[in-house]
Amino acid sequence: MSLKDAPNGLQEAAGLAGRSRRDFLRAATGASVGRTLFPLAPGTARGAARKTKTVVVTFGGGARDQETFMPEGHANIPHLLHELIPRSTFFTQVVNRGILGHYVANASLATGAYETFNNFASVPPPTPTVFEYFRKDLNRPAADVWVVAPSAGFQRIGQSSHRRYGAGWGANVVLPKRLLAAALPMGSIAEYERLLHDNYETPLYAPEDAGGDAEVHRIAEMLNLSVSDFVAHAGTLTSPDELSVYIARRLMRQYAPSLIWITLHDIDIAHAGAFSLYVEAIRRCDRLCAELWNTTQTEPEYAGKTMMLILPDFGRDSDEDAGGNGFQHHRTGDALSRTTWMAALGAGIRENIFVDRPAETIDLTPTLGALLGFATPFVRGKPLEELF
Amino acid sequence: MLPGQLTPEQFAGYPPGARRIAAAHIELLRKLPLGFVPLLLREVVTYDWNFPAERREVDSQFTYLESLSAPALEQIMAGFAGLTLSPRLANLDWAGAPAVFSEELSAHLWSTRQIDAFRAAAKQLVDRVHAASPPEPLPARRLAMVVVGRGVTENTQPLFQKLRPHGTYYADLRAPDGVRLLLGAVAARARKHPIPFAHWYIDGAAGEKPPDPAVTCISYGALEPVRAAVLGKLRAMIVAGKGPEALRTALAGMKPADLGLASEGDAEIIDRFRVRILTEGSGAQIFSTTFVQWTARELLRRAQPLTVLARFAPRQSERSMYEMIADGGKSAAFDPAGSLIDADMGAWYTWLNHRRLPEAEQSAFLAWFEGHGSAIAIGPAVEPNREHRGPADMAQVLAALA
Repeated sequence: MSLKDAPNGLQEAAGLAGRSRRDFLRAATGASVGRTLFPLAPGTARGAARKTKTVVVTFGGGARDQETFMPEGHANIPHLLHELIPRSTFFTQVVNRGILGHYVANASLATGAYETFNNFASVPPPTPTVFEYFRKDLNRPAADVWVVAPSAGFQRIGQSSHRRYGAGWGANVVLPKRLLAAALPMGSIAEYERLLHDNYETPLYAPEDAGGDAEVHRIAEMLNLSVSDFVAHAGTLTSPDELSVYIARRLMRQYAPSLIWITLHDIDIAHAGAFSLYVEAIRRCDRLCAELWNTTQTEPEYAGKTMMLILPDFGRDSDEDAGGNGFQHHRTGDALSRTTWMAALGAGIRENIFVDRPAETIDLTPTLGALLGFATPFVRGKPLEELF
Repeated sequence: MLPGQLTPEQFAGYPPGARRIAAAHIELLRKLPLGFVPLLLREVVTYDWNFPAERREVDSQFTYLESLSAPALEQIMAGFAGLTLSPRLANLDWAGAPAVFSEELSAHLWSTRQIDAFRAAAKQLVDRVHAASPPEPLPARRLAMVVVGRGVTENTQPLFQKLRPHGTYYADLRAPDGVRLLLGAVAARARKHPIPFAHWYIDGAAGEKPPDPAVTCISYGALEPVRAAVLGKLRAMIVAGKGPEALRTALAGMKPADLGLASEGDAEIIDRFRVRILTEGSGAQIFSTTFVQWTARELLRRAQPLTVLARFAPRQSERSMYEMIADGGKSAAFDPAGSLIDADMGAWYTWLNHRRLPEAEQSAFLAWFEGHGSAIAIGPAVEPNREHRGPADMAQVLAALA
């Protein structure tokens, strides 16, 4: 922390970021930006809730507008621009007012409240998660809710420590890298190192394993993974996010969960300061989002009845804030590092709509509750009415 | 403990210069709020190893704050005094170890959502201090030069896109001996303005021979043993299961002697700067492109030099972080194409950081794609947003920036 850190008018700057996003997207996609919205009557969306599948994709490592939605960034997100956003209701300014660390921010997305625990601690969120609300209120089995998490730090995200929820109501959390590490024969880990990197915020540290090998093996058995097939397939992949998407697609085929949450993390290579690797990761993330969407359109259990929500957990520092080092980190708390976006598309979601009013990242879980018909009594965010 | 209870004995662990400064200003320190005084002491405690520009900044803060009436001091400190701090923070040894307090305070402000209030208070103070302490005129305009693209044989990416609106772009710069010319320019400025820590050459590889004893050199290649020592210590801590806070604390506490550097006087200031680059710069230990960009950034921010030449070199290709830490890049392949993209962004950031220094409107900047004939020059005598058609040579461009 430096005394030279400069503040920004968050509200104003977030609004500017949102308007820029809208303007650039209009130019890029030809979307009917600013179309008037008339919220549907309550219950319209809920009527189909029990049949709807939901896929939430978060990025645990945001990308800035310069490298995405501004003209010089368009080449990095062709799938978002031309395939996904035109099918979306797109929120141009989604603000994260909490701690800008990936585990705590993703936990806040899942709980609908800004969590304040140590980002690097292996602790469950104290507030109930969307997974618990969903399962308890709708009486869903454990296999119906899955989280595909990028790093060991996320292993407790599926279930809170809240006394009214918690034990028995959480999501299955799968850590693909740990699955792969457990599946690899002795002495072969080096060949797969590129897929096993745990996280980029603290590349030198992985929190203690709360679940242990037994949990890894339980998940592997549930996934019915053939060790040899898994290892062979992993050998064809180039990044941890590709491994996560492979696992997510496998889950969708095997269990067809109603709620699946996947956090992509490759973009956070930015912390190492190599701009080219950061941009490469954005392009990969863009492609993987499209692949996941296409999976929802082709898998019989998902086709025509899946809603997908894509949002970074927060942004990255702006070039203009002397307290940061541009794209490399998200430490300043400036407006751009707090302001991101969300694309919602699929079943029941209107296409080609842009929403410019400010929303917050903690609005995600109450929105899912309102859309899918379960109560979210401990959230602090509000449902995004433009999705009803 | 509260600031009003400060005694000179609490600075006993400080180096001599820092101890003297803290003791001389103890009356002021006692009047400052807990949300601020350890941050000032954090700057004081490194006083002996700070660059002259940093010392001037510390001195300016004391001069400004001591010039204020009691109500004015209360007003400028109100933002810090209004922060809600925990008893745990107050019980830390914030006078003896202000850097540790600063880390804890940062975490506290984030978790209690007071970080924006802190930033607002800090900005107000920094603006007031700068307004009250105008910098001394420079003996010459600042010059920063960035060289990108070493090892690149072919390139199809347009370069310097972010910089072009601010200067003149040369598409046909003929400079077969360009690196030597640039090193010569740094040496000439160092001889003409022999000011300590004012002229620097940063290199992402082993680096050329220093052009003049008055030019301070820092290179990724020459620091290989130090990088290996840092990475070795990190590996040991990881194996021992240390958490991120412990790692950060250990890194922050590393001294030149811990890493095989032993020096005194001005050389110690430079060695401490080198160590901080490798212990504070994320990625600077493993990617030479990050090393050059981060070194240039920290140099500009801290030393505020008159002249900087930063030359990028190919970094190692991406592998897992553990592999890169394990061998420090010794067995890695290189990625010249990716490194060019990194360096292009590094040039932009170097210009931004250069522009933040006093007399920025008079400063000059050059970014050059070595071996490929393109460059961008920015300066008060250079036309912005223009493309120079036809051939040019490096001496001509340097003359335009002089």
